[in-house]
Parts: sequence; structure tokens; C-alpha cells
Amino acid sequence: MAKIVGAYFTSHVPAIGKAIHRGEQQTPYWKPFFDGYTKVHAWLAQVKPDVAVVFNNDHGLNFFLDAMPTFAVGAAAEYHNDDEGWGLPLYKSFTGHPALSWYIIEQLIADEFDITTCQSMKVDHALSIPFELAWPGAEAWPVKLVPFALNTVQHPLPSAKRCLALGRSVHRALQSWQGAERIVIIGTGGLSHQLDGERSGFMNPSYDRFCLDHLASDPDALTHDSIHEIVRKAGTQGVEILNWIAARGALGPRAREIHRNYHLPISNTAAATLLLEGEEVSAMQA
Amino acid sequence: MQDTTIPGTTLFDGAAASRGLALNAMCFSFNEAANRDAFRADEEAYCAKFHLTPQQREAVARRDVPGMIAAGGNIYYLAKLAGIFGLTVQDVGAMQTGMSVEQFRQFLLDQALPKQAEA
Repeated sequence: MAKIVGAYFTSHVPAIGKAIHRGEQQTPYWKPFFDGYTKVHAWLAQVKPDVAVVFNNDHGLNFFLDAMPTFAVGAAAEYHNDDEGWGLPLYKSFTGHPALSWYIIEQLIADEFDITTCQSMKVDHALSIPFELAWPGAEAWPVKLVPFALNTVQHPLPSAKRCLALGRSVHRALQSWQGAERIVIIGTGGLSHQLDGERSGFMNPSYDRFCLDHLASDPDALTHDSIHEIVRKAGTQGVEILNWIAARGALGPRAREIHRNYHLPISNTAAATLLLEGEEVSAMQA
Repeated sequence: MQDTTIPGTTLFDGAAASRGLALNAMCFSFNEAANRDAFRADEEAYCAKFHLTPQQREAVARRDVPGMIAAGGNIYYLAKLAGIFGLTVQDVGAMQTGMSVEQFRQFLLDQALPKQAEA
């Protein structure tokens, strides 16, 4: 039977990709951020996942505003990065897991989630950078990919409560999947930041700490705020916390925090790295 | 009705998305290098091809990011245009807050201070 080995949460700021490309990980600006990943590398080497179910948001590479899905699920055999408009070097491609994607999709529809299914989906820095951070220097990714793209761009956005429920539906699918895969859940984005308007540069460490403190033990606490309230507290782009909330739901009912790093600013963003183990792994170690 | 006003913040909602469609469509086209080159070669013609509104055209001509947002531009798409202009996200932040780029960078760094004070 498949096993959920845990969940990895990380920021995905484009500047991180630039820093990796230039080899700036040890400079004073970047070191406190990149140091947060040493534990991630050790953990991944230990739990050896071979599938990643990733919750992220598209930044205008795959989706345009003419057709914007609230929840899109990838069901492709492969996923490619592409020019996002800055002419930066392209990130590596990903191998998909269409059978698992469709299995999850079946569960989501059975649970009455009206999702968009994508047999073709480009992935941007929001998905590639978390992988570059997790498996630096890898020739090819050691995991197959099942990607989710949540709309965090065009309001109205899905509520935090709905995103958590979506993740929980994914968890139900993974629990009954009969494959032998070891699955890691990944949530990307945030934390607090705002790129647009007079409030540009806004960050909110106290809200970020609230999210980090409750994500493992009481994720429902993150769902009490409306989207407007989340924007007010986290910034217009801080709503990427929705990806984390969905990922937390996919991990399962109980979780234990095993690693946390929080640092700001990275570019214009409060950045965080978090590792959670689910109940199965915790039970094994108990 | 819930108070949806957030100071210094324009939510990119249906009204904004509708207002900004032409501008954002042009920005989306900049994912292709050839389109970025075409814009650089003849900005006027490129904007005309995407039927930018006069307000959008003027904001683009003036490199006025707050003006582009007022005209329905979405920051994720506008970032592609800012890249053509050689502007970083800190430059764009400075333009929107009325700070110099140096002041804006310092403003970002200063927000880390309370955390260090706690440690």
C-alpha cells in the first residue's frame, strides 16, 4: 500500500532561482534562508519519496485570465517549465503519474469538488524552485509529479476552508490507492508578502507565526479568516498560504512538526520552510 | 456586507480582471521572447495590436505601474512587462510606495528587526 511519508512546505520566490543559478547560497543575504534546507535534504534522503503531490499556484505561465480554474489538477505524463517572461534559464521537466492523478480526480469528483483536469500543464517557478531547493544538483527529479494549481490570482479565490477540504479529499484518495509508492506532499508559496499597490513590501511576522504554529496541530484555525481577512493579514500575494492549507489537508488528520525555518526578507517576501510528519510515520517511530 | 477595504490594496477581482483584460493579455504574450522583441522594436504598434485602452496605453508609455494597476493590470502579468523595462520587484515596490529603491530595500530589511530583537 502507498505511504504518505510527510509534507514539505516552502516559499517559491523567483529570486531564489536566480540565487541558485548564481551559486549565492552562502552569501550573507541568502545563507539564513538556504540553511533552512539542510534538514530537508536529510529528511528526504531518509524518507525516500517517489511521488510528490504538489499544491502551488500559476503565475501566468500556464493559465491566462480568459479561463481561470479555481482548482486545476494535472493528469499529464510529463510537465515542462517554460519562459515566464524574463528569459531566465529553464528549469528541469517532471515525469507525471497519470494513473494516480486520475485516481485522485475520481475521489475529488466523488467528494463533489468541481475541478479542472489538465492533460497538459506547464509548471512555473512556484513548482520548480521547491524542487531545486529540495534536491539541489539532481540530474533528474527522483519523484513523479501530481500537480495542483490553486487560483490565488483572480478574486474571488476559494476559501481557506474549501482548500483544506480539497486537501482532505486528496488524502482520502491517497489512503485507498493500492500502489506501493512513497508519497510526499508539498505546499509552496508565501508566506506574507504584497507586491502591488501602496502597501507593497508589507509583511506580517505575527500572522506568519500564527500559521506556522497552527498548521500541524490545528489547521482549521487557519480557515476561520475570510479571503479578505487573509489578504489584510498576509498581503495580496500572502494568499499563497492557501497552497499550504490544501497540502496540510492532504497530509492527513494528525501531524507533527519536525523542522521549521522562518526568515525575512527574501526579495519582498517573508519566507518559511516547514517539515511535517503524518500520523503513519509518527506511529512507526513511537 | 463585509468591509472589503484594505488600505493601499486593490484586490484583483472580476471588475479589475475585466477592466484589465487587454493589458494583461499583452503582458501574457511576453512569455515569448519574440513578442518581447516585437514590443521593444515598436511599442506603439504592439500596444495597438492588443487594443489597449487609452488609460492602459498611457500608463505603459509612462512606465507607471500604479497607473497600470488602476487600469486593471495584475501584478503577476505586469511583472513580465516590468522585466522588459529592466525593473526588479524592488524597483516596482519603490514606484508604488513613493520611496526611493534604496529606501524600499531598507524598508524590507527593517521588517526583520523585531524578529532579531526577540532572538
